[in-house]
Amino acid sequence: MSPRARQHTAGHRRNALWMAAMVHRLSGLALACFLPLHFLALGLAIDGEARLDGFLKWTANPLVKLAETGLVFLLAVHMLGGIRVLLIENMPWRDGQKNIAFAALALACVAAFAFLLRAV
Amino acid sequence: MADMIEVLLWRGKEDGRYQTFQVPQRENQTVLDVVSWVQRNADPTLSYRFACRVGVCGSCAMTVNGRPRWTCRTHTSRVVENGRLKIGPLANLPVIKDLAADLQPFFEKWQQAKGVFAPSKTRADPVETISPASAPRIAADAAIECINCAVCFAACDTVRWNEDYLGPAALNRAWTLVNDVRDAGNRERLAAVAADGGCHACHSHQSCQEHCPNKLNPTASIAGLKRRTMQAYIRGEL
Ligand code: SF4
Ligand code: SF4
Ligand code: FES
Repeated sequence: MSPRARQHTAGHRRNALWMAAMVHRLSGLALACFLPLHFLALGLAIDGEARLDGFLKWTANPLVKLAETGLVFLLAVHMLGGIRVLLIENMPWRDGQKNIAFAALALACVAAFAFLLRAV
Repeated sequence: MADMIEVLLWRGKEDGRYQTFQVPQRENQTVLDVVSWVQRNADPTLSYRFACRVGVCGSCAMTVNGRPRWTCRTHTSRVVENGRLKIGPLANLPVIKDLAADLQPFFEKWQQAKGVFAPSKTRADPVETISPASAPRIAADAAIECINCAVCFAACDTVRWNEDYLGPAALNRAWTLVNDVRDAGNRERLAAVAADGGCHACHSHQSCQEHCPNKLNPTASIAGLKRRTMQAYIRGEL
């Protein structure tokens, strides 16, 4: 076993702010994976109206709407998490980061929910 | 209170294993007391490190039920889970033997971060008066009580994932010196902490602050260094 990964030493991750960092990182990765799809859709618009219309019709599918809600959540949580870290690193220190991280999560949920309500 | 604690202690080096002991549980008993009990009553070959037993020297830190802690001031009543204590050497450091981790890499990083005072005066100069109420002194005082226990170093995943990272304690120390108006080494210090593996590698996830037994906040110190190095860069000093 390498000294850098001994099994018994992961307890420090049971911590809200560690989870916040992970959520930030994973949401960023997920968004990066989505990007090619986004460009594909934009590409369709260049390709011609008919194909784009077909695509847009497809996005009216409820399952796609649900996926889009997830996307809105990812975007919001990634952006708010990023702002939180920027504030830590560029402004004088503020205590209560756990609360701020939870507030960011709650806000992202609200944004995603609002999107879903408008979509249905 | 259960009478006995099932204590699993790491034995050997990196490729060691846990060995189980039954240790009587007592009131006001610390994790270090448990380890000492084993060494005195069950296996005198057990290796571990401590000195002051009162939270001053910083030599007794170990991994306790998965988290790094100072063992001399951690009561078993707070950390025993289901009658069990799993104690290992600190993470992110080589193991010397059993519960003793090798702190050399940790202290080498203090040196790399220029965590050493660089005097600006000679003994012939008068002693400088520093107001405890001045902003730099307040910033330095907030970070100064580090006991070099390496608990933060063991709790930091950036340390784990990036071999070059200087780590929370070394950067926290550099921050106290950056705020020490008597120090003359800041140009080199800022260059050292702005380099690869320096303050800009920190992800601000505050595991260091969460675990520091002295309630220091290395994340805040590192954020201070990020701003200070950025200002120095803009001024063309880096
Ligand atoms: S805030 Fe920085 S130094 Fe502290 S645990 Fe996270 S990466 Fe390590
Ligand atoms: S900053 Fe805290 S946890 Fe880190 S070495 Fe110093 S006292 Fe220990
Ligand atoms: S033995 Fe000195 S800090 Fe624990």
